[in-house]
Amino acid sequence: MDPRIAAAWALLPGYLGQHVLLSASALLLGLAISLPLAVAASRSAVVRWPSLLVASLVQTIPSLALLALFYPLLLALSSVTKPAFGLTLPSLGFLPSLLALTLYSMLPILRNGVAGLTGVDPAIVEAARGVGMTDRQRLFQVELPLAAPVIMAGVRTAAVWTIGAATLATPVGQTSLGNYIFSGLQTENWVYVLFGCGASAALAMAADQLLGLIERGMAERSRWQVWAGGAGLIAGTLIALAPIISFGGAGAPARYVVGAKNFSEQYILAELIADRLQHAGATVERKEDLGSTFAYSALKTGAVDVYVDYSGTLWNNVLKRTDNPGRAAVLAQLTAELKRRDGVVVLGSLGFENAYALAMRRNQAEALHIKTLDDLAAHAGQLTFGADLEFLSRPEWTSVKTAYGLKFAKTAEYQPTFMYRALTSGQADVISAFSSDGRIAADDLVVLDDPRHALPPYDAVVLVTPKRANDARLLGVLRPLIGKIDVTAMRAANLTVDRDADKASPAQAAKALEAKLGL
Amino acid sequence: MPGPIIELKGVVKRYGQLEAVAGVSLAIEPGTFTALLGGSGSGKTTALKTINGLVVPEAGEIFVQGERVPTESGPGLRRRIGYVFQEVGLFPHMTVAENIAVGPRLAGWDNARIAPRVAELLELVALPPDVGGRLPAALSGGQRQRVGVARALAAEPKIMLMDEPFGALDPVTRDQLGRDYRALHESLGLTTLMVTHDVWEALLLADRIVVMHQGRVLADATPAALLAGHPDERVRALMETPRRQVDRVRELAGESL
Repeated sequence: MDPRIAAAWALLPGYLGQHVLLSASALLLGLAISLPLAVAASRSAVVRWPSLLVASLVQTIPSLALLALFYPLLLALSSVTKPAFGLTLPSLGFLPSLLALTLYSMLPILRNGVAGLTGVDPAIVEAARGVGMTDRQRLFQVELPLAAPVIMAGVRTAAVWTIGAATLATPVGQTSLGNYIFSGLQTENWVYVLFGCGASAALAMAADQLLGLIERGMAERSRWQVWAGGAGLIAGTLIALAPIISFGGAGAPARYVVGAKNFSEQYILAELIADRLQHAGATVERKEDLGSTFAYSALKTGAVDVYVDYSGTLWNNVLKRTDNPGRAAVLAQLTAELKRRDGVVVLGSLGFENAYALAMRRNQAEALHIKTLDDLAAHAGQLTFGADLEFLSRPEWTSVKTAYGLKFAKTAEYQPTFMYRALTSGQADVISAFSSDGRIAADDLVVLDDPRHALPPYDAVVLVTPKRANDARLLGVLRPLIGKIDVTAMRAANLTVDRDADKASPAQAAKALEAKLGL
Repeated sequence: MPGPIIELKGVVKRYGQLEAVAGVSLAIEPGTFTALLGGSGSGKTTALKTINGLVVPEAGEIFVQGERVPTESGPGLRRRIGYVFQEVGLFPHMTVAENIAVGPRLAGWDNARIAPRVAELLELVALPPDVGGRLPAALSGGQRQRVGVARALAAEPKIMLMDEPFGALDPVTRDQLGRDYRALHESLGLTTLMVTHDVWEALLLADRIVVMHQGRVLADATPAALLAGHPDERVRALMETPRRQVDRVRELAGESL
């Protein structure tokens, strides 16, 4: 078997279990809310129009955005509940994903519920009243049984949507089958991408068929079909959940959550830390593909124990600083400020920088005599700028733009992987590259100088969550890494994951890096 | 002498501007078969439904078996009154036997009492016992209305309210079912109030005919008295039709003989 397929299979039980747990919970919660709402809406127009309107409106929000929106929402909610009840709501991971998917599942159930209930023949409603049924008896003995097939059709649609959209829970820190898709997209591991799509499609189809069996059973009043469909769903859910139900008692080893943002270097470093923790006898959980701002919040709140970030990123985004006092000063002030503000430990720099840098193809840069950002500003009006998905909204871009007066003819945004492709294929002339990226050397790119020091330094620093600040095992594992990894070693490791042929997985690259560094 | 089993006193029901029932007073004696006769829009169905609370009147009082009908709709009241209407409204997800058993179940009968009662009712409405296991969709229109009558009778009501019960059936079935029901009315000692727009049906089945027009009672008499003549021209015109039809049919029969 292809080693990538084998690796994908090995991850399946965990990913599938989380995916099933998330989508089944969201669907059940959605059902629990939508069904009573549908009953109320079928009896009163005052409830019907607002609830259908809100449910339709939710549907127009792109699902990824809906998931992301729950992060600030829960943060804001926590700022109320914490002083009032001492309750902190987790703003990342399961809870926001559950809430977003629940909202997402509501429309088809609500719409079909209302259609099914209001579609019951008026003569049958009159007969139910005529024989002396109360409103409640009429609902449960006549209206709901008659509307059940229509309602089930809505539940089927909701199930397929929810299972599909659950792949998007990965960037907000909830493991799902989307982990294959997001990490596969980053490392150009198409086997992973296909595997993730295939697994979620198969899951959706299986759920749809079993729910369809229940729907048919209800329509044909065949009890065995309803039972068979129900039993299949329950058995399938239990089997999928089995691998992720841990029976950890008092003797269970300490669990550490290692975080990673969404690019190859982050995956490799997370694997490196995870591997060393496992060697030290700890259990490790990975939370990968965290959005840039999610990662720091997750660490601050304890959802993630350790991850690697970059000094300039924290300087701009967390401390909101735009000045540039120099590499050493930035690191020192950052260490002191994060400790003081959030209790977060900046353990130290790993020894390399992964700076934002503007890069061009060597031949074009030489033809236009562009060596620095000052030179670039003169030609920018004829050039196309390709940026990664966050760069254009980051303060670094604002300061570069202002410092050099950059005005490009055209700007486009890409996933990092496709950004390099756009540059090499000529669709972009300048990109927002990362200085530790292996593709700079591999694609023969030049990094433009920044004589005005508009871009801050980006030392890769190890961050530890406040509650692990004095954790001897964790610190013991992390300290030997400080100052050990130089930019050449990191670039080489990154390239093995990013290149087209003979790709290594992040775990393999981490092992190779460990061996090279003699750890 | 016992008082009326149903009594309406100055009942008024409006739908927006329209006064569907414009002050109807009526006393129904126990054991009688009364037809409420009128065209569409005469208010006969609305008046009938005020008796079992399916329609709540704006003004007036209604008494059933001496008790005042509450202004709130009363499921308890409806369990004591049989109700049959043109669309039948059998529950499509229940078998015939389950449909018939609905009333007794709501009244809290136990299974040991329900099963023989369902069998008895099937026999009473002249349906074969094996019909009980079928779904309503598998029955003919006449059979369905027989089940409708059986369902209304199941909880042993003393009063039957019927709204155009045989209106959707073919003439032969309609006649058969009408006569069968009249026999049940006698043997069970029921009080029946039947809404119809069919003069023939009213004349042939009822002991008493109440003619309604635009929400008011125009006439209230026995079939024979109405046929003999009435001061109101509209009532006379109504009764003229069956008389003319009878003459015409007699002529035809005479010619063919």
